[in-house]
Amino acid sequence: MSNSTLSTTDRSNRAKATDSETDDADAGGVLELDGVSKSYGTESVIDDLSLSVEEGEILTLLGPSGCGKTTTLRLIAGLDRPDGGEVRLNGNVVSGGDTFRAPEERGVGVVFQEFALFPHLTAAENIGFGLKDRSEAERDERVADLLDLVGLETQGDSYPDELSGGQQQRVALARSLAPEPAILLLDEPFSNLDVDLRVQMREEVRRILKEAGVTAVSVTHDQEEAMSISDRVAVMNDGDLEQVGEPEQVFQHPESRFVAGFLGYAGFLPGRIAGDAVETELGTVGRDQIHGLAPEYDDTDIDILVRPDDVSAHPCDGGGDGHGKVVGKRYLGPTILYEVELHGGDTLLCMHNHDETVPTDGCVEVTLDAGHELAWFPREQRPESGRYSD
Amino acid sequence: MATEQQTGTGGGDDEQPLGLTVASGAVAAAVVVPLLWLVRTALDVGFAEAVALVTRPATVEVFLNSAVLVTLVTAACIGLGVPLAYLTVRTDLPFRRFWTVVVSLPLVIPSYIGAFAFVSAFGPQGAFQRLLAPLGIESLPEIYGLPGAVLVLTLYTYPYVFITTRAALKSMDTTLIDAARTLNHSRWEAFKRVTVPQIRPAVAAGSLLAALYVLSDFGTPAIMRFDAFTRVIYVEFGTFGRDTATLLSLQLVAVTLLILTLESKIRGDERTTTGGRSGAPMPLGRWKYPALGFAALVATVGLLVPLGILFTWLAQGVAATSGSLAFQPEYALNSVLVAAATAGAATLAGLPVAYLAARHPSRLSSVFERATYVGYAVPGVVLGLALVFFGSSYATPIYQTLYLLVFAYVIRFLPQAIGSLRASFLRVDPALPEAARTLGETPSGAFRHVTLPLVAPGLFGGAALVFLTTMKELPATLLLRPSGFSTLVTHIWTAYEQGYFGQAVVPAFILLFVSGLSMLVIITQEGYDVK
Repeated sequence: MSNSTLSTTDRSNRAKATDSETDDADAGGVLELDGVSKSYGTESVIDDLSLSVEEGEILTLLGPSGCGKTTTLRLIAGLDRPDGGEVRLNGNVVSGGDTFRAPEERGVGVVFQEFALFPHLTAAENIGFGLKDRSEAERDERVADLLDLVGLETQGDSYPDELSGGQQQRVALARSLAPEPAILLLDEPFSNLDVDLRVQMREEVRRILKEAGVTAVSVTHDQEEAMSISDRVAVMNDGDLEQVGEPEQVFQHPESRFVAGFLGYAGFLPGRIAGDAVETELGTVGRDQIHGLAPEYDDTDIDILVRPDDVSAHPCDGGGDGHGKVVGKRYLGPTILYEVELHGGDTLLCMHNHDETVPTDGCVEVTLDAGHELAWFPREQRPESGRYSD
Repeated sequence: MATEQQTGTGGGDDEQPLGLTVASGAVAAAVVVPLLWLVRTALDVGFAEAVALVTRPATVEVFLNSAVLVTLVTAACIGLGVPLAYLTVRTDLPFRRFWTVVVSLPLVIPSYIGAFAFVSAFGPQGAFQRLLAPLGIESLPEIYGLPGAVLVLTLYTYPYVFITTRAALKSMDTTLIDAARTLNHSRWEAFKRVTVPQIRPAVAAGSLLAALYVLSDFGTPAIMRFDAFTRVIYVEFGTFGRDTATLLSLQLVAVTLLILTLESKIRGDERTTTGGRSGAPMPLGRWKYPALGFAALVATVGLLVPLGILFTWLAQGVAATSGSLAFQPEYALNSVLVAAATAGAATLAGLPVAYLAARHPSRLSSVFERATYVGYAVPGVVLGLALVFFGSSYATPIYQTLYLLVFAYVIRFLPQAIGSLRASFLRVDPALPEAARTLGETPSGAFRHVTLPLVAPGLFGGAALVFLTTMKELPATLLLRPSGFSTLVTHIWTAYEQGYFGQAVVPAFILLFVSGLSMLVIITQEGYDVK
């Protein structure tokens, strides 16, 4: 779904969410992409992408495989050349028109997906690689500082293959920070680590980046990772930016069904606006519980975004045939997701503690109990293929 | 794990770097053009005459001779290589490691040295004849001709089959055989229905390598006086049968290409498992001693006979011959000189081709790369002939100089340098030079400081391989060396032509040493460490 089909309400939402940011960016974002596009052969990977990153913030490009996020990163670094649009670093055009500055002239640091540590150099030599313009003493001092920053004081003489995955990542980070880049780019920085280490390194990397005070753009397909390390998240889909904002904002108020579905589990509950209430299969929902429902949508059909923790299922007590039936059950460890098919044909996911059991035969009643405003989308935008979930 | 499609090929942009492409194309052209002159020369012959030459009985006989030789040797290679591979991988043959090494070793002996040794041992008035004369044995079976050529070529090419089959057997999942056994197959049935289909591609690959070697080998048929393509081409050329030599050369190239096509066809059909578990070896039981005897016999005939002969010559002393034939240290020096020049030139020429092929794969870059492989497909005697024509008519300033000789070697052995370089380039993560770029290096700086140190082992390995194989090269050396220029190889050849076998002993030992060294290079290259 493209931005142009967003409802006016969504537009105003978006304006509200991004107003201040756009203004700040205009006042001098460290990095600005302006209508950038790139295709490989006949395949357009990015089309007309604009984005602004502020001094000192960590922004994450989040999206599924093949959405163009790594390409965006490579265009920023100068490892690939855009077909159109402009890239500005600290107000200077680094690519656009006839200008194309090579990566080595941009002052951009990159942490590569598989770290790309030079296997023939020690950790210290790797970190010092980009410091060739400094005197030996200065270089040694800077390397020592960085080893200290990433907590590898004693590993300077080790070769990459003697370091663990987490240590290699610290060296990669230190190496890219050493020449004090204007901006640091991280390409799927945690995908190469074991799951346990990943969570730990996220915190660690955020600490190091904040301590170094560097502006950073990272790229990932892991929403949890994006939420935990970023100041702002930019959700990408199919070469377009769907939404940019703070993690909580993007999660709670997704501007598109794609964003809703990509960040966490999402179910859509059909409803019709009738005065101060919205009539749904699960009963009436107060209009005040729906986020930013504009008057021009009165008497129209909408879909309310329902997260699994907003709803719960219970066996029908006695008469009536409830709201639907359980058609699936997913164990997630501490919680269980029940997939409930409503009589109307739509499916909702209901989250329960692992010790609560909902019978999987017979009818169930579903209660909607959210402690926050719910997001919604006009019904006519509903895609043919049905619901989203990850 | 690249999650987005375009990061796979690396190297930055998808456009082809112009300078590199031009350099690469130039190398490919330099390799191919001289061979085209062979075709040109053939066209001068005239169609009717060419047909007459190709269809006359003598030519047909050469073709048949070669076909018989290739068929017999290949069959014999399979007969030796496959059982030996099975014995050393899948059975409880005692000292399996020892036999694996010993049975691979004949690959180290250049076949012309082997042929030389066999002729001198089993030929008329040979070592064995003299040994057996007191027992009243007047003559041994004729060694010259087909039997000798088949024997010698089999002994020095079966390791190709042995090595490829061994690799396939080792990587085969033996639970497949267990599965067949539980499905009511006897050991032999399981071998036929499971093992054989699994190792067939490897056996075929090894056999074709052997067949190609046999077809292009010059020394053995020459020494065994067997009229295969290579010998007749050389003889015809020496006796001014230029047209015949040219047409036979083209015919030989055609047959070679046919075999190469067959090989790639068979390779494409591979459907095998790898990386499986290997179960307990099969007990040989009462077959243990026959099996040991078989391995020992092959090793004795292939290794001990030639080595024995060489040591006999050494013991007899080199003194017994005339001064003009005596070995001069200068020959070794000459060999080293041309080999070193070839190694350097091949590495330099190989760099752009290998880099382009590895980093900017495209149709064009693969055409260039393939073109440089003609040196492998074209037998040395044909290449030598092509360069004689080319040099004498179009490159007279360098004809009969070392430049042309080195050029011939480069064409012939360039694939070794390129193969090794390309593999090394591919092993370098494309993100590494990119990382260097983001840290302030220019493209050439990134190449020098990151890529080059990482490919250095492959670069030197490839150069060493070229150096060592150049030292052993026989036919092109004979055809193209400047008059008065002698190397180890030409000295051996002179000794053979004049019948003073003993004169070949020093250069033969040097060449054996060199061959051993090149084997070592290949083995160590397989598992080299980047650091």
